[in-house]
Formats: sequence, C-alpha cells, structure tokens
Amino acid sequence: MSNSGLLQIKGIRDGLMVTLADAAWPVVRTALLNRIEEQPGFFQGARLALDVGNQVLHVAELSELRDKLSENGITLWAVISNSPTTETTSQNLGLATRLHKPRPQEMQTARGIDDEAAMWVSKTLRSGTRIEFAGHIVIFGDVNPGAEVIAGGSVIVWGRLRGVVHAGAQGNADAVVCALDLSPTQLRIAGEIAVAPRREGKPQPEIARMKNGRLHAEAWTPG
Amino acid sequence: MTGKVVTITSGKGGVGKTTTVANIAVALAADGKKVVCIDGDIGLRNLDVIMGLENRIVYDIVDVVEGRCRTRQAMIRDKRMPELFLIPAAQTRDKNAVSPSDMIRLCDELRQEMDWILIDSPAGIERGFRNSIAAADKVLIVTNPEMSAVRDADRVIGLLEAEEKAAPSLIVNRLNPTMVKRGDMLGVDDVYDLLRIEVIGIVPEDENVIVASNRGAPLAIEAKSRAGQAFRNIARRLNGEQVPFLDLEAHSLWDRIARLAGRK
Repeated sequence: MSNSGLLQIKGIRDGLMVTLADAAWPVVRTALLNRIEEQPGFFQGARLALDVGNQVLHVAELSELRDKLSENGITLWAVISNSPTTETTSQNLGLATRLHKPRPQEMQTARGIDDEAAMWVSKTLRSGTRIEFAGHIVIFGDVNPGAEVIAGGSVIVWGRLRGVVHAGAQGNADAVVCALDLSPTQLRIAGEIAVAPRREGKPQPEIARMKNGRLHAEAWTPG
Repeated sequence: MTGKVVTITSGKGGVGKTTTVANIAVALAADGKKVVCIDGDIGLRNLDVIMGLENRIVYDIVDVVEGRCRTRQAMIRDKRMPELFLIPAAQTRDKNAVSPSDMIRLCDELRQEMDWILIDSPAGIERGFRNSIAAADKVLIVTNPEMSAVRDADRVIGLLEAEEKAAPSLIVNRLNPTMVKRGDMLGVDDVYDLLRIEVIGIVPEDENVIVASNRGAPLAIEAKSRAGQAFRNIARRLNGEQVPFLDLEAHSLWDRIARLAGRK
C-alpha cells in the first residue's frame, strides 16, 4: 500500500487531524513518521489529534509515539479510538479522547444505552486523573484531591472520596454518591453543587442524594 | 558494571530536589561508589552552583547529545570526591534541546562505568520532566509537608503510574518536628496517608542546608548536621541497607528539657 493510503491529514479548528488506516500498528506508525520526515516544515509546532480507529494500543506504544512526535516539535493532544483499551491508555497519559466536549443531546442517547451499565475502577485515582462514564462508576480505592469522577448514574467509592465527584451528570436527580469516607472537594448531583462540611471525629460511610432539590448526606448503614 | 539510574522529581518547584540530588550524590560517593549527577533543568541550571562546580563548566549535556564532545569531556569531577561527577545542563538552551531517547542513550552509556546515575528533574510535568524520567530505574519524589507540594507529588505519582514505571519512593523534606507537634504542619503520617508510597527519607528543616548550598559544599559530608545524616541514611537505603529513621522528635528543645527534668 502506498504511504498516502495509510493516513489522511486534514486541518481542524484545534490543529491537525490525522486518521490512520486499519493496518498493523508498526506500519501506520512508520507511515506517519515518514510523512513527518518528508514535510518537517508543515508539521513543526503542530497540535495533532490522532484517529487510530480500531487499534488496541498500550502505554508503551502510545507514549513512544508521543515522545517521537514531540522530538519533531509536534504536540500530540488527542487520540480518538473505537477501542476502550486505547481510550483508557490515552486517558492515563493525559490525552484527550474527544475533539469537543460532548453536546447534551449526545449524552442523552448514551444514557439510554448505559442506564444499568457500570464501570469498575480498581485503583486509587490521583490528582489529574479524570474518569467519565455514562453509566454508574464503582471505585475500589481512593479518589484523591485533584481527581475528577463524572458519571451519568451513581458513584460508589469503596475508599476515601476527596476529589470532585459529579453523579447524574446528564440531569439524573435520582443518582447517589456514597463513600466509606465522603469528604469531596466538591460534590455534584445533576445540577446541584455542594461542598462537604468539615468533618469532626472518625469518618464513617455516608451517602449523598438529592432531597427536595437540595443535596443531603447521611450515614450509609445497612437496611 | 551496570549502574542504576535514579531520578529525583517533585512536580512543585522549590521543595529541595537539587539539594537532595547533591547530598545523596555526595553521600554515595563518600561510600566509595562511582556517581554521576545529571542536571535535567536545561535553561535554569542550579546543580552546578550547589555542588560548587559552576566555574569549571566547559561542555554540557546538550553538547554531549548534539555530539560536540564526548560524554567524558562533559563530566566535571568534584573537588572533594574523586569518584563524583556532574554533567551540567546548558543554560542558553531550553528543554527541547534534549529528547527522552537522548536521555536513554546517555544513561545507557553511563551505566557501563558508573554505580549510580542521579538525575535532577526540573519542576513541572512537561518536556523536562519526561526527559528526566525516561531512563529512570527508580524515581524518588521530594515533597515538603505542605498541602500544595503534596498535591503536586500526587499528580506526579499518577503520571509515573500511567507510564508504567516502578513504584516511586518518597522523601519528605524540610520537616519541622516542633511545628508538627503543635499541629501547625503536616506530619509524615499525613503525607503518607494521601500518597501511599514507600517513604525512603525524612529530612528535618535545617538552616545549615542553605548555608552549605551557598558555599557550594553539600551538607552530607558534615558529620554533625541532622539533615546531612538524613541524606546519608537515604543513600544507605538506596544501597539496600535497613536504616531506622532518625528520632527527630527527641531533638526539639522542649523535649530535651523535659527529658533532663524527667531524669532528675
């Protein structure tokens, strides 16, 4: 296949958009780097969004490409992918996975599909991590200050919740947030925002929900 | 011989990365190890000043990477320790003059003849930081017992996890035991509570650190200094020794008075 068949380049509002063909990763990767070598002036200083299609990419591959691009003066800022693994990799590396913030109506359709789906996260979310999911999110670990959790449904944290959490992000006022230690920097459910009051004494499991249009936290006990 | 590459980083600036690098390097070299420090802060170099080697710079890391000199020529031998070297940063260039793969190549070369390669990372999480961690076998995160420094450390740990690096270790620098006791400063437990990574060093606040830095003679050579002792202990722990943490509490003035009173 000729070089030009392997990738498509177009200008978008945020810089350059490169769409890679569905070939083996080393092939498309080399094609991209060759193209950059051919026209260094064109790419110098560019902000690049990469559509990798169905490629399943891990940290090693994506960070290697990012460093290679950065050596050529190109900033890789977004990776668009159909693969959940690649999306997770990109998020881990702090790359965007969408070109624009999703419009409300797009999120509405997502909500219909994922109403009962949940995302399982079994690690501590450190500052700078952002997790977004249209359904529920369950976190087995802490959410540190500076981390953000945004769910279409409810959020359950089996650990300490100290970052920013938004449940019912598409307007679902029935969503709840619970944590073993509920001390978020900021807690949002649907359109309401609250700040956790200063804790006195030992933390206990709590659940926050919307009651009469206001956010309300209470002890999270069985029964 | 295969040397180990250790990167010292922090996210936030001004927490004592460069001082830590200089002191650990001196402590390792005093133990008879071959050590080279690399200043990763291209454009804002400091390590040469703290080590007192500023006036001996002829070639720097960018010269090595761009092939204007051999690696050996850019390695400045320390005044006091024959087995301690510094590869200085370039002051007139910026972070983009070096790439992560340049750092990996340079460190692989240095590994052949050195026991320890210590890299002083610049503050921040951009290019300079990525250059500094590219070759690291081990990352040490320096933080101060302050909320803002701890937050930045958390962010950096998250980035290292994303890059699938081995779990970093923590150095809590500039701890003031008296303030911790009064409840005016975060304690090591509070810092650990958020970051949850192995603590490899606790360095007490010590005026002499600044004096030593200005003189260009790292403190770790001085037997008496508490901070110097803490840095030497970190070096020993890096070598795999089990060293108990200093009992900082007992050395606050009031404790000593209370002890004396109690003994009578």
